[in-house]
Amino acid sequence: MSYLPFAVAAWICLVGIAGIATSRNLIHLAICLTVTQSSSYVLLLSVGYVKHGKAPIFIGTKLGTTAVDPVVQALTLTDIVVSVVVIALILALALDAHRLSGTVDPDQITDIAG
Amino acid sequence: MTWIPPLLVAIPLLTAAVTAGLDHVTPRRLQDAIVVAASAATTALAFVLLWHAESREVVHWFGGWQPRHGVALGIDFAVGPLAAGMCAVIGLVVTLALVYSLTFLHEAARLYDALMLVALGAMCGFAMSGDLFNLFVWLELMAVAAYALTGFQVERLGPVQGAVNFAITNSLGGYLFAIGIALIYARTGSLNLAQIGDTLSHGPAGGLVIVAMTLLFCGFLIKGAIVPFHLWAADAYAVAPAPVCAVLGGVMTDIGLIGVSRLYWTVFDAPFGHGHAVGDVLLWLGMVTAVLAGTMAFLQRHLKRMLAYSVVCHIGIMLAGIGLLDSSGLAGAELMFLAHALLTAGLFFVAGILHSDHGLIDELHLHGRARGCWAPAAAWFAATIGLIGAPYVGIYLGHGLIDEGATELGRPWVLALLWLGSALAGAALLRAGARIFLGWGEADDPLLGQALEEDPLERDVLRPLLVAVALAAVVLGVAISVVPGLGQRAEYAADRFQDRSGYAARVLRGHPFPATPSLPVTIRHTSVESLLYSGGATVLACALALVGLYRRRLPRFVTVAARRTLALPIHVLREVHSGVVGDYVAWVTVGTAFVGGVWALLLHG
Amino acid sequence: MSRQVRLLLLGSGLLGLGALFAWAIAGLPAFGDYQGPYGFVLNRIVLPLRHTTNVVMGTNFDVRGLDTMGEEFILYASVVGVTLLLRDETRTRLAERRTRRFRDDTVRLVGVAMVGAGLLIGLWLMAFGYITPGGGFQGGVVTAGAIVLLYLVGNHRDYRPFRNEHLLDPFEAVGAGGYVIVGLAALASGTAFLANLFGLGTPGMLRSSGSIAILNWASAIAVTVAMLLLFAEFLETYVVPLEPEDAGS
Repeated sequence: MSYLPFAVAAWICLVGIAGIATSRNLIHLAICLTVTQSSSYVLLLSVGYVKHGKAPIFIGTKLGTTAVDPVVQALTLTDIVVSVVVIALILALALDAHRLSGTVDPDQITDIAG
Repeated sequence: MTWIPPLLVAIPLLTAAVTAGLDHVTPRRLQDAIVVAASAATTALAFVLLWHAESREVVHWFGGWQPRHGVALGIDFAVGPLAAGMCAVIGLVVTLALVYSLTFLHEAARLYDALMLVALGAMCGFAMSGDLFNLFVWLELMAVAAYALTGFQVERLGPVQGAVNFAITNSLGGYLFAIGIALIYARTGSLNLAQIGDTLSHGPAGGLVIVAMTLLFCGFLIKGAIVPFHLWAADAYAVAPAPVCAVLGGVMTDIGLIGVSRLYWTVFDAPFGHGHAVGDVLLWLGMVTAVLAGTMAFLQRHLKRMLAYSVVCHIGIMLAGIGLLDSSGLAGAELMFLAHALLTAGLFFVAGILHSDHGLIDELHLHGRARGCWAPAAAWFAATIGLIGAPYVGIYLGHGLIDEGATELGRPWVLALLWLGSALAGAALLRAGARIFLGWGEADDPLLGQALEEDPLERDVLRPLLVAVALAAVVLGVAISVVPGLGQRAEYAADRFQDRSGYAARVLRGHPFPATPSLPVTIRHTSVESLLYSGGATVLACALALVGLYRRRLPRFVTVAARRTLALPIHVLREVHSGVVGDYVAWVTVGTAFVGGVWALLLHG
Repeated sequence: MSRQVRLLLLGSGLLGLGALFAWAIAGLPAFGDYQGPYGFVLNRIVLPLRHTTNVVMGTNFDVRGLDTMGEEFILYASVVGVTLLLRDETRTRLAERRTRRFRDDTVRLVGVAMVGAGLLIGLWLMAFGYITPGGGFQGGVVTAGAIVLLYLVGNHRDYRPFRNEHLLDPFEAVGAGGYVIVGLAALASGTAFLANLFGLGTPGMLRSSGSIAILNWASAIAVTVAMLLLFAEFLETYVVPLEPEDAGS
């Protein structure tokens, strides 16, 4: 049980990558990218968990109480913004692709190859 | 002087925010001037920093969070001469590209400028950062700017495809990197590179560290377009506007290698530095990349795509130099980076000039069209000779130092493969140049595949400015091998970069820097073998170029034999570079698993 | 490459990657067994040194403030990038008119209540971000979400000011650029970039934490406006600019 969160993170990552590589729709692909990224959040937050630790907010709590790691939470916040940004860009590109070629299937958008 | 590193990041970013925010308020010429001035100022400051970093490690702790009792709390920029030199070259190439774009691109100028400046700030931050998560943030920032800039010409499907492939593959690399950060953090409880290195130097390095290293390095190798993670590069560079390609191909792809070097010599040298396993994998990846990309370059007819493969080829050579794990190899990679960034930028600039003159970017369609354009022709051929590495031109000195490193380690066959790679890429460029500027060769060649759609024409350009920028880049790049004292300074910078415990002592405990030896100001000589290989490569490149031009005039038995042996490999190569992002992701997965597996076997025993 | 070959490659790659992950997980400390010094040290010292009770925000805006500055610019670059990618020089969109008018008063009433509540919660998260759980980002996203809700339950006219790029762009510049300026101000005053300059106040009160409060607001503004701009960009692709006929709804 004590390794379950890590296993969940690994599973999410692999499933997400499988989704990306087999996707037939750019919007679905963007969501799969988010899923893959969320595996890094799960891993970060699990790594920073302290048993019986409270949130690292010290209003009403005495300084020195066991609290979980605040650094991974800060890192996850930054990470989430990165994921939002990439989704926004890929969605914009999907809109452009649809406007230009009528499809959002990445397998069909092959103007350049070789 | 510790106030300079933050400025290298703050100036471009602040200018980007201000220019895009004040878009509708200030006149256009003023905005152009501000943008170029900001980029030039950053470059100048980087040179000042380079001069200071020679004699000390310039360390800036952000927020004033100095380390306490050897525990790093804040984020630091730790700048030695190698990092400062990188910033200087990055700034130079971006400034040249911005000047070029003043007249080359006319629409959405403010948005474009903002993204270029953001990319500049992010690349400088990346080169200087001494914190693992901070590296990730700058990596993502430059990537976001690059994705949008690649898709600049939204009127066609090609740029959209290129941008999509770029975005998805590189984002995936970033996420793998983030997982690697989490793993390392779990093991060491710190994000500061120096401190992670210190922690890992005690105690065994188990599977956790090996897998983390795989993920971290593969994230950078995806950015650095190393086989098998390189498939996105040709798609992206074929469709981005020429000045964007100059920045992406000239410096941003190489950033991946700067990251690999930084990570290795501050962190992973500690647990794994006693053997060669880590470096050997990098060496082999580099060599395979050089030869494969050189071959692919030869099979292209779209100029920017050909240049993209040439970039990948040279990146492979640089990675091989880094993978040798000794200071000659790293110094060689440094010098190659300097020359390669400027020469590649120059070639992309010339491609842009051809495109704006004739509306075409295809080698066969441009056959003979640019006869009489002396300045672009001179720039193209000089840059090509520089990229092949003819004796004492362009990348020669860097490549020569890599050769020395390889010979010292008893691996003379490395020289042959690396020179072969640069000869192949150079042959493609020579062939294209001869066809376009001299009108040689046949007007059609089915070996080169189908034509790719042409991009729309940009009218109303100030051609002398474009030519001047291209010539400036090429002249600077060609001269790198003969700048007195540069070779020795590069080796000194590499030595310092590779000294992990010294770096940790200076960053974490504030140890003073020992006295710098005074370095001679002469042209560094290289070994006779390098001269021979270099001459041989130049001859080989010319010969291959002629073969490419006049293929039909070869004797029949040669062409039949060639077709029998080469048709299938070429077909397979073309199939693999399919332009479909699902395939690319599959290769990324296989590549990461393979690299991780090899390191697991080599390092765990 | 055919799909079968791709699936074969992918399958073997995922198997290999999965094996590597399993091996790495086996080497991790057990869940709940965080050992490293970084988190423990920060939990101890951020409150006394910076008078910030929310240590996560203290880390985000002070100890690791440079990361957050980079992240602000990632958001900024994405807004600029999406604007660049969705600029349509020729404007050849179909002239579909989509005017939405909710006639159902219940929906509109609930919607307005949600918008109000969302705005309040968002502002509270922003303002008290460094004291109680919350922060600039979280508050910014909730506020932007509440404003976007206005588009769903109202009509174009109500939403028009929030789609006006000329109005929103300067705010974005202020948010992102303001962050850098605070950092430069610290640099100019002789300390390090992004050092905490201003009075630290009393922990638990709004006036505390020095620069963290200012940076918190800068990032809140930047995030809110960035989300609104992104939404506006996507909206423009589907919605024709307001016609005078829309006025009569």
